[in-house]
Amino acid sequence: MSKRKSDSSTGRHRRRLPALATAGPVSVWMILFVTLPMLFIIYISFMSRGVFGDVVYTFSLNSYHTLLDSTYFKVISKSLEAALLTTVLCLALGYPFAYYIARKPPETASKLIMLIMIPFWTNSLMRLNSWLLLFQTSGPVNAFLQWTGITDHPVTFIYTDALVILGLITNMLPFAVLPLYSSIEKLENSLLEASSDLGATPGQTFLRVTLPLTFPGIFSAIILVFIPSLGIYTVSDILGGGKVLYIGNIIRNQFGSIRNWPLGAALSVLLLVITGLLIFIYTRFAKIEDMEVV
Amino acid sequence: MSESIVSLIDVEKRFGSNLVVRKMSLEIQRGEFLTLLGPSGCGKTTTLRMIAGFEDATSGIIKVQGEQVEDKEPYQRDVNTVFQNYSLFPHMTVYDNVAYGLTIKKVPKEEIRRRVTEMLALVQLAGYDKRKPDALSGGQKQRVAIARALINNPKVLLLDEPLGALDLKLRKQMQIELKRLQKKLGITFVYVTHDQEEALTMSDRIAVMNAGILEQVGTPMEIYQYPKTRFVAGFIGESNLFDGTVKAVEGNLIQVETSAGLLTTCGQGFQPGEEMHVSIRPEHLEISREPAEGFALPGKIKDFTYMGTMVKTALDMADGSELKFSRFEHDSRLREGDPVYVFWRPEKSVPIKKSAT
Ligand SMILES: Nc1ncnc2c1ncn2[C@@H]1O[C@H](COP(=O)(O)OP(=O)(O)OP(=O)(O)O)[C@@H](O)[C@H]1O
Ligand SMILES: [Mg+2]
Repeated sequence: MSKRKSDSSTGRHRRRLPALATAGPVSVWMILFVTLPMLFIIYISFMSRGVFGDVVYTFSLNSYHTLLDSTYFKVISKSLEAALLTTVLCLALGYPFAYYIARKPPETASKLIMLIMIPFWTNSLMRLNSWLLLFQTSGPVNAFLQWTGITDHPVTFIYTDALVILGLITNMLPFAVLPLYSSIEKLENSLLEASSDLGATPGQTFLRVTLPLTFPGIFSAIILVFIPSLGIYTVSDILGGGKVLYIGNIIRNQFGSIRNWPLGAALSVLLLVITGLLIFIYTRFAKIEDMEVV
Repeated sequence: MSESIVSLIDVEKRFGSNLVVRKMSLEIQRGEFLTLLGPSGCGKTTTLRMIAGFEDATSGIIKVQGEQVEDKEPYQRDVNTVFQNYSLFPHMTVYDNVAYGLTIKKVPKEEIRRRVTEMLALVQLAGYDKRKPDALSGGQKQRVAIARALINNPKVLLLDEPLGALDLKLRKQMQIELKRLQKKLGITFVYVTHDQEEALTMSDRIAVMNAGILEQVGTPMEIYQYPKTRFVAGFIGESNLFDGTVKAVEGNLIQVETSAGLLTTCGQGFQPGEEMHVSIRPEHLEISREPAEGFALPGKIKDFTYMGTMVKTALDMADGSELKFSRFEHDSRLREGDPVYVFWRPEKSVPIKKSAT
């Protein structure tokens, strides 16, 4: 009895030391490169803009007032919509794909995972610009559509919302597939067999066993896809040609050409709040999942 | 004559080039407790999985209640399985786990409640309905797994080493509970184990498998007393095995020439010159200072082992083989190194045909 007690206390002791040793540098890093810049952004968002686009350090809620303006509100809701649509489609495409990979033998699975990672090793600007070439009016996609007779005149793809969403999806898909894959892969086949043995059709098994047991992966996929798609501006910039504006583009413009840092900062704060909210929900869910599944 | 509820007819299973179950034919009778017994890797689980529908037989016919089931998915078959690792749904409570089959069949909620409560009481888990599988001990998980399968009133319950993960004491207790349940419900049990003692105590009949071959099917007594193959004789209980050639046949008595010497056994259908095996249990072996009639098996006492109530004596034979001899009492006249002659009453030994393989 007493022996076990002392064992566990030394165990805890042993764990505490390295935790302190590693937390030190990490927290310095976090404070220096994450917390401080974040605080600075929040601070700027409450300042005013000078006549020449400089930051005037007097307190003002102007930027937040501007956010309530309907144009910004529209951009924000449109960005949320786009991010949501991207997330839903990434899940819908990613889940079957992840499932397919996870049921393959490990060697095949790692090859397939590699395959979806390859685009990540190419420069994203190059990738997006090549999309423009593919989809432009005189590009191969249109040529193909006309050749098959699906349309008789070229379809405008580039600089449309649809192409931007498509671009977002291809950009984000791996972030959905990887967490989904890792949670589906953990799913024991014997549980699916047990379900089938008890009379459940494959569809019932999916809804009652597979889906609930892979919720952690689904939540991670949502977070990992939704948050970046909300902030990313390169995709809408290039594929939208400046016609499709999302919150990310607006922020970039405020800090860049328009030079209204406080407004850009206020928009960033809004993004932070949305992201923080999601992560909060996620951790709550994760806790419930921990209790229920593990 | 009792009717069979599961029939395997010339069933074979191949994984790639690996023939895992060979030409297996077996009739399982309604209401019986049949055990598939055999060493690890002999194909027990594979056989069970073919009956459940998780594996397709490479060839042969499987019938459940006289109906061929090859084209039926597991969820269409009237059999349920208790998995070796329990496979309880970790995200569901004990109640939901047990209710699963009925929920799937859309049985009314009230009836589900009644039957789950009944079932949990039957496996002595009343009051555990809100627990998650993780908060259960091995034996409790085991009982949930059994309840989850039994609640569907299957025609046949398949159990794959259901007690394998339990400690000895709990295993003994669960053996009794399982046997009691099976008798009470009258459900056919097809039970897989590699523990021969478990098989001998629980089963109505035992099907002994080795390397994908069904060696013998019979009651525990038949299997123990009249092993039909060399493998069964060696696998069930302790046994001394001789390989030899028939030298002479005289009525029932067969004289066999083996590398250890001449011996006599008792049986029919053996011809002089034929190769055969002879099995004799350690407790039926006898030793003397002089050779007995019909025997010429000289040996030497190697050592004694005291096993509580039994004394086991190892004998070194002329050909270098070792025989086991056991008695309740130690004969104090015997010493290590003593030369002795081995014999037995021919009818106590079992003659075994040499099999084709
Ligand atoms: N899916 C599979 N693919 C390839 N080989 C398999 C597969 N399943 C089983 N085998 C092989 O078939 C043989 C029989 O396996 P099986 O699981 O039926 O044995 P078992 O009698 O249940 O053994 P144990 O007592 O160890 O559980 C083994 O050699 C095993 O390696
Ligand atoms: Mg097995």
